[in-house]
Amino acid sequence: MNWDWQAVSDFMPQFWDGLLVTLQALVLGSLISFTLGLVWALLMRVPSRWVTWPVGVLTEFVRNTPLLVQLVFLFYVLPEWGVTFSALTTGVVGIGLHYSTYTMQVYRAGIEAVPVGQWEAATALNLPLRRTWTAVILPQAIRRVVPALGNYVIAMLKDTPMLMVITVLDMLGQARLFSQEHFQFTEPLTVIGVAFIVISYLASLLLRALERRLVH
Amino acid sequence: MTSGLWELVLKGVWVTLQLLVCSALLAAAVSFVVGVARTHRLWIVRFLAGFYTEVFRGTSALVMIFWVFFVLPLAFGWQLVPLWAGTLALGLTYGAYGSEIVRGALNAVDPAQAEGGIALSFTPWQRLRLILLPQAVPEMIPPFSNLLIELLKGTALVSVMGMGDLAFSANLVRLALQESAEIYAYVLVIYFVIAFVLTRGMRGLEKKLKAGVGKRPEQKIVVSEPVGGGVK
Repeated sequence: MNWDWQAVSDFMPQFWDGLLVTLQALVLGSLISFTLGLVWALLMRVPSRWVTWPVGVLTEFVRNTPLLVQLVFLFYVLPEWGVTFSALTTGVVGIGLHYSTYTMQVYRAGIEAVPVGQWEAATALNLPLRRTWTAVILPQAIRRVVPALGNYVIAMLKDTPMLMVITVLDMLGQARLFSQEHFQFTEPLTVIGVAFIVISYLASLLLRALERRLVH
Repeated sequence: MTSGLWELVLKGVWVTLQLLVCSALLAAAVSFVVGVARTHRLWIVRFLAGFYTEVFRGTSALVMIFWVFFVLPLAFGWQLVPLWAGTLALGLTYGAYGSEIVRGALNAVDPAQAEGGIALSFTPWQRLRLILLPQAVPEMIPPFSNLLIELLKGTALVSVMGMGDLAFSANLVRLALQESAEIYAYVLVIYFVIAFVLTRGMRGLEKKLKAGVGKRPEQKIVVSEPVGGGVK
């Protein structure tokens, strides 16, 4: 096994470009999954089968099929329907949609964990439904689920390399490009592998600190 | 779609299932060995097992697959058959996630049970085999069921390396027909059906195992833990 430090330093400029794209996809994907997940969770509480059933089936379907295939589906099928996004946008939408079906379960657990007394108090105070949700239930529910949502951000980070398949130049995409140009596979792939371990480890330390603050 | 193309898809299903079974077996073996090692009484064993978990959970499955396919042959001279390379990468990664499940379930068994084993002068191995595992294993089934679905979704990753699984054959059909909506819709449905069958099977298994220790299966739906939520 021969390790070439020169290749590592040659790869570094491309590595930073890739890291930037990966983090971009991660942040935007997280935002989409957090909002869309909340929408799904709220829709699942609508007291009508005509809403909960389609939403339930759709999210179950998205959750149980591979993200890779979903990404490719969006990438090739959306243009056929006349919608053209850039590869990164498609990827962000795909990841956000996929993980929203997970965050929805997190929100649901958080909403169900709000004590019944809070609902009763809102009723007793004659709060309208909208105020009940925005001022009483959601602030308490979301506070509880922040650590769990953070876990999904880390999981999402580890799924961003799939964007490479739809031609996004994220960390893995850059590493593959570099290996094919220079025919050196060991160094770039190892560098990004270690980078993933370091980033997710740091993120989980951060998350633990956040958890300690929120869950007193 | 012609019958020839359907044959291609079926071949893809077969490869996906093979890969799923092989990597699930490897992942299960790794989970139990590493998970039990994390409750070992020697700190060095616990440390090594914890290190393994952090490294393999920390990195991305797709990066691991690239590493096994490209770096392993160059660095160590091991050229693996694609099926085994895929099995190795997926089994080791998902085994690291599974080891957390095993460790959690072992720790959740009432300590009095293990103490009872000590009082009856069981050896550590007997305690594990006769007291801890029979009570811990049924509790592991719901999270393992989720992990199995994640593994099924993970098998699609090997298509990137040109292994002829379901996702790969979908790509071939797309190239042949120059049309993607139909074939990808079929493929997504096929994945969903496999996942559905697996979930049902695992639920049956849970019922059977829990009946063996006099418990009922969980009524509520389990919120799936994210695969790889970092350190806990």
